[in-house]
Amino acid sequence: MLSNSLPAPVRHLAADEPSRRSFMIGAAAVAGGLAVGFRPDAAAAQAAAPAAPALNPLQAYLRIGADNSVTVLSAHMDMGQGIYHGLATLVAEELGADMAQMKVEGASGDVKAYGNLAWGGFAQGTGGSTAIASSFERYRRAGAAARLMLVNAAAAAWNVPAGEIKVAKGKLTHASGKLATFGQVAAKAATLPVPTEITLKDPKDWTLIGNPAVKRLDSRAKTTGKQPYTIDVKLPGMLTAVMLHPPLFGAVAKSIDASKAKSVKGFVSAVMTPRGVAVVGKDMWSALQARDRVAVTWDDAQAEKRGSAELVAEYTALAAKPGTVARKDGDAEGAFAGAAKVIEATYAFPYLAHAAMEPLNAVARMNKDGTLEVWGGHQIPDLYAAIAAKVAGVAPDKVRMRTMMTGGGFGRRAVADGDIVVEAVAVAKALGWKAPVKVQWTRENDMQAGRYRPLYVHAVKAAIDAAGNPVAWSQRIVGQSIAAGTPFEGGLVKNGVDGTSVEGASNLPYAIPNLTVELHTTKVGVPILWWRSVGSTHTAFSTETMLDELAKAAGKDPVEYRRALLAKHPRHLGVLNLAAEKAGWGKPLPAGKARGIAVHESFHSYVAQVAEVTVDAKGGFTVDRVICAVDCGIAINPDVIKAQMEGGIGFGLGAALAEAITLEKGRVQQSNFHDYTPLRIDRMPKVEVHIVPSTAAPTGVGEPGVPPIAPAVANALFAATGKPVRSLPFLTA
Amino acid sequence: MPTKLTLNGRAVTLDVDPDMPLLWAIRDHANLTGTKFGCGVAQCGACTVHIDGAAARACATPVAAVEGKAVTTIEGLKGKAAQAVQAAWQKLDVVQCGYCQSGQIMSAAALLATNKKPSDADIDAAMAGNLCRCATYVRIRAAIHDAAKTMGA
Repeated sequence: MLSNSLPAPVRHLAADEPSRRSFMIGAAAVAGGLAVGFRPDAAAAQAAAPAAPALNPLQAYLRIGADNSVTVLSAHMDMGQGIYHGLATLVAEELGADMAQMKVEGASGDVKAYGNLAWGGFAQGTGGSTAIASSFERYRRAGAAARLMLVNAAAAAWNVPAGEIKVAKGKLTHASGKLATFGQVAAKAATLPVPTEITLKDPKDWTLIGNPAVKRLDSRAKTTGKQPYTIDVKLPGMLTAVMLHPPLFGAVAKSIDASKAKSVKGFVSAVMTPRGVAVVGKDMWSALQARDRVAVTWDDAQAEKRGSAELVAEYTALAAKPGTVARKDGDAEGAFAGAAKVIEATYAFPYLAHAAMEPLNAVARMNKDGTLEVWGGHQIPDLYAAIAAKVAGVAPDKVRMRTMMTGGGFGRRAVADGDIVVEAVAVAKALGWKAPVKVQWTRENDMQAGRYRPLYVHAVKAAIDAAGNPVAWSQRIVGQSIAAGTPFEGGLVKNGVDGTSVEGASNLPYAIPNLTVELHTTKVGVPILWWRSVGSTHTAFSTETMLDELAKAAGKDPVEYRRALLAKHPRHLGVLNLAAEKAGWGKPLPAGKARGIAVHESFHSYVAQVAEVTVDAKGGFTVDRVICAVDCGIAINPDVIKAQMEGGIGFGLGAALAEAITLEKGRVQQSNFHDYTPLRIDRMPKVEVHIVPSTAAPTGVGEPGVPPIAPAVANALFAATGKPVRSLPFLTA
Repeated sequence: MPTKLTLNGRAVTLDVDPDMPLLWAIRDHANLTGTKFGCGVAQCGACTVHIDGAAARACATPVAAVEGKAVTTIEGLKGKAAQAVQAAWQKLDVVQCGYCQSGQIMSAAALLATNKKPSDADIDAAMAGNLCRCATYVRIRAAIHDAAKTMGA
């Protein structure tokens, strides 16, 4: 049973999975220590833990206006996943506020208040679906402490015992008839001592947490065009810059000829940055026109010139050789010899672009007081502030990060080198700080400037015994390391294995006595990055489709087969059974229709999905319906959880169907949405989401909806056609 | 040469390069930022506005092409269909990041202005030009049906 003394999520998670948790601790440590002077500080992390002396909640976590509005100061950046709404829910629940009075804005610059506790508290940030785990405890505590302070202020003003004051819907009342809004006592309350004894509500008394009827705070602004994003930041005198990045990865600009751009009205300058050439104009159109007239000579001597086909061939050859061991149970090689049947398969996964709807952007302004302000979708603001300070040549404490609502992220805004921040600050500096500068990427920049989900090849060999039980599994994964060569390496790469390359396979939950997972880390000059659900984007596919191949070889139903192998994993079983039940698994389907299932845990959340497909005689198919079950612990905003599952399914399905970044002679072949083709509405299946009731500590939902959909669809196609799908995307141009 | 048009019901003159895409004219010069940039080549629909009532991609429409015409952006969206669409979007909490949603709503309102009771297939056909990378499509479909019901009631 959940109690008010729920263990702090950070401890729960740290004990649970060291690789993921230690990743950012290492990231911050190394990024700071080596790269930008951003110091890991064990004392600071300790102070950030919920048990530490409380910060004044009315300064650090919420601001109550005289107008009775409550503004939550968010430690996490919102890219659509709904964390602003989630934090507002937590605060309002304990504060006794009405959701209608809640607002949220991005906060930064105080690691004690905002450090990501699921990362150890060393740095503020958002990612790895950690925001709720990081902030479930501290934002509720902030709300509860603030409520006590409001009560104490009212008690003093009314000369009544604090215990007699009731708080509800943003108002304080006393039996004598006294009434005050939060706004009326907030100023006084903020000056009172911060309570040390805080009792959180018993979960049975929650009215907002877990309530599916609570509406998203940002719906109105986002349906009326009023929600500001970084692209909408407009400052007096601001200039706009667009980028010319190297045409090959690893090429560098040698010279710029901007003579022909001078005829463009509004053209300001073309300047070199550490990441390419920026063409600056008075507005977007002048910058774009000038860009087309700027000639850059590139030195591509050190550039990557291989193509995707060559990489797949090289990786496939590597997969035939033993790699670095990521997991070894028993003796897989020995067990193959005595097995009844062995299945071998090779899988290929292309580079993928994040392609968030808001192309990357940032705004930099040097103020007269020597402070540098940077607006953007800052996913790791403390790191970016340190980087910005270094690029600008100012002290880190002079940098002010302004975190904006962000038009999609999917991993793209969490970068070790602060790419877009570097560009904005570098351009503003190159112009002598004479004007604020917005750097706005085009879609072509976004598609062609790298930072993709890496290309991978997997080779899987698996075997069953005479009874059909899996007895051996050997998996080799080949691909670039996301962490290698970045400041994240120290925290993420252990014994030569980047955890993000193998996660989802190295922790395969099925009871298979002899299991080996090996990794070949390749060196390719294509910049790569985490992409919504990271390693599970490919490992869930190879493992879950191979499992269906084994089930078929064993003559068993895929759900029954999984059940038997998941006896020790109740949360996997819970979602598997719920999805199967809701989908009517086992019930006959009309001719041409088939079902497939996949179950996968990522980021401590468990998701199973059943896909229903219709296959036509020509080999074409549609995905008609997806039934999804999710266990993410306590469901704080059930409707947001459903939305993240729906969106994760659409995002994952789009990639599985038709997304690929391909290279020829090192050059990216795609440039915009006509040739890089995410899911559109006409291919979106019907989706049903079911949430497993839980009292476990809450975990994230931004990523875990993605991994199961591709293997669920592939398994449905396998059921329909008997042919396994072993490379993505399903549809090739 | 300045371009004269009606923008959200008001007569305006945009003194910008006639070749400038309408998107950048309304964002950078008319200071209406609800209309979003997503691709620049009429592939994503984030910049959808109404020109004389019909949905159009502002990123691929030069300012000169709207001389004398009525342009409506999300900020100026009015009328029965528009209200029903925005209310349905809020009722069903369609939005996630929200960046594409101005364009989605403009397309949905244009659809309902001509088709009072669209089927799923009608919706898919009318909305396929509007990308949503958060894939809020299930709710977009449901919200359009909900709005149609409101309008019919």
